[in-house]
Amino acid sequence: MSRLPTVSRNAPLLLFFLLFAGAAMLLALKVGSSEIDWGVLWKVLLGEQQGTLATVVLELRLPRTVVAFVVGALLALSGLLMQVLLRNPLADPYVLGVSGGAAVAALLMLLAGASVAWMAPAAFAGALLSMALVFGLARLRGNWDPMRLLLTGVVVAAGWGAVITFLLAVSPDRALRGMLFWLMGDLGQPQLPQWELLVLLVGVGVALLLSREINVLARGGEQAAAFGVAVERLRAILFLLASLLTATAVTLAGSVGFIGLVVPHMIRLMGLSDHRLLIPASVLLGGGLLVLSDIVSRTLLAPQQLPVGVVTAMVGVPLFLYLLQRSAR
Amino acid sequence: MKAILSTQKLQLSIAGQQICGGLDWAVSAGEVWGVLGVNGIGKSTLLHALAGLRPVDHGVVLIGEAQLDQMSRRTIARKVGLLFQHQEDVFPATVEEVVSMGRHPHASWLRGEQPEDVAMVEQVMVEMGLSAMRERLVDTLSGGERRRVAVATLLAQQPQLYLLDEPEAHLDPAYQKEIFARVKQQAVVQEAAVVMVLHDINLAIHHCTHLLMLMRDGDVEQGAVEGMATPERVEQLYGTAMRRIEEEGRIAYLSC
Repeated sequence: MSRLPTVSRNAPLLLFFLLFAGAAMLLALKVGSSEIDWGVLWKVLLGEQQGTLATVVLELRLPRTVVAFVVGALLALSGLLMQVLLRNPLADPYVLGVSGGAAVAALLMLLAGASVAWMAPAAFAGALLSMALVFGLARLRGNWDPMRLLLTGVVVAAGWGAVITFLLAVSPDRALRGMLFWLMGDLGQPQLPQWELLVLLVGVGVALLLSREINVLARGGEQAAAFGVAVERLRAILFLLASLLTATAVTLAGSVGFIGLVVPHMIRLMGLSDHRLLIPASVLLGGGLLVLSDIVSRTLLAPQQLPVGVVTAMVGVPLFLYLLQRSAR
Repeated sequence: MKAILSTQKLQLSIAGQQICGGLDWAVSAGEVWGVLGVNGIGKSTLLHALAGLRPVDHGVVLIGEAQLDQMSRRTIARKVGLLFQHQEDVFPATVEEVVSMGRHPHASWLRGEQPEDVAMVEQVMVEMGLSAMRERLVDTLSGGERRRVAVATLLAQQPQLYLLDEPEAHLDPAYQKEIFARVKQQAVVQEAAVVMVLHDINLAIHHCTHLLMLMRDGDVEQGAVEGMATPERVEQLYGTAMRRIEEEGRIAYLSC
């Protein structure tokens, strides 16, 4: 472990984020169409109570909550890494077109009338395809200029956007609602995540191993090279890692907006700037925020469900603006 | 004295314009070199090439006995430190965090910074007068304060070869003196070598032991300060008339 006072002094803040994420998840298990007492929830979780309530909690709410947490965590981490990679505070997980590729593939599946089971693999394949495309185009001339990468990604994303609009325009009405929900981010068909959770854990692990180099890269490419970072290699790893995290999130829940852009900034505004702390804090806050947003999305107009992407913005925008105002001093 | 930096037949150009063609040069421990030349002649580019940040056209750069283009970035960073002309801050970081980054090439990959790294960071912050602003974000600092942060970071890096791109920029006279004194001290006490790009011929005469002049006709001239800073050569270097003033054994040039 690093002995730097800047790290050890701020480390206790992580406990706050951990508590926040834990509280959000417990609340998500308790709140819903059938409200459950804390005592009963506790018994259910310990396996001491069976019945309908237990089924609701363990088979409906728990998977959905875990999916929400994993997606939020994936997006926040991906956004954080993309911002450093592109050295641009406006970067988010979708800026390089990964979600566009995923969406086109998933919508094509819907349009072709394939079963829902095919949507996730198709989305993942589309995301990987888009990732390979941007990677190849940006590296065509040999070097990894962040501005060139950003422009390539933004243009490819715009291309996917046009294809998505085209697909929506030619789709029959009965398919449209499903398509729109998918595009706005949907946690409606939850299954306990398996390999997705593994991607998150591996992603966090790799990012933490690289976190000291990421700190230096955030100061700029040339500066990082002068401090001994193999910049080209690090950028390639960050691109692949962030894209993979985004692809996984999109596969689980479509394009949930806002989390990836805003969570890293929220944490920076709270005073953390070392990535050894920013990475775990982003994962916990991103996951927790999406869990909270999901609670709102399924209770606000119950029994009707809102796309969770709408709620992340409704919760996130005021929270972010508040932090921004407070930090302006 | 053994050379810390040497070049053999170094050729370097920027956008088709030659900076040096076949430069043979050796910089030894204890020497402080000033790199002089008019705007756009390629002083910064030369400095970046010496740090391995851009490829050279021909020839070799040696750090000690190792060839620069065969060394890993980390090995280079342990031996060569570069003070950039500008630093743009996109993301927030505190003074203490930035200065700590100077220890990056020395810190163990898994264990991170150790107590000796922390002690080094503490020492250079005191020296550069930064202790009181350690928790300030660097993007809230003045130009001169940021310059001191950058110099402190470089000192924390403890290289053998200091490459400084206009170290005096944005600094008050007192801090200018402080930085030049500190750099010279590194050169003498730590047996380091210093190569700095300077705009002011008088600072160069005052603080350097040797000069490397990138002339406007593409020639490179080098040597000890006394022999180099002649009125004819200085006028040729800058392409403008210069007046030489001498007082109490100190020389200064004024453009006229």
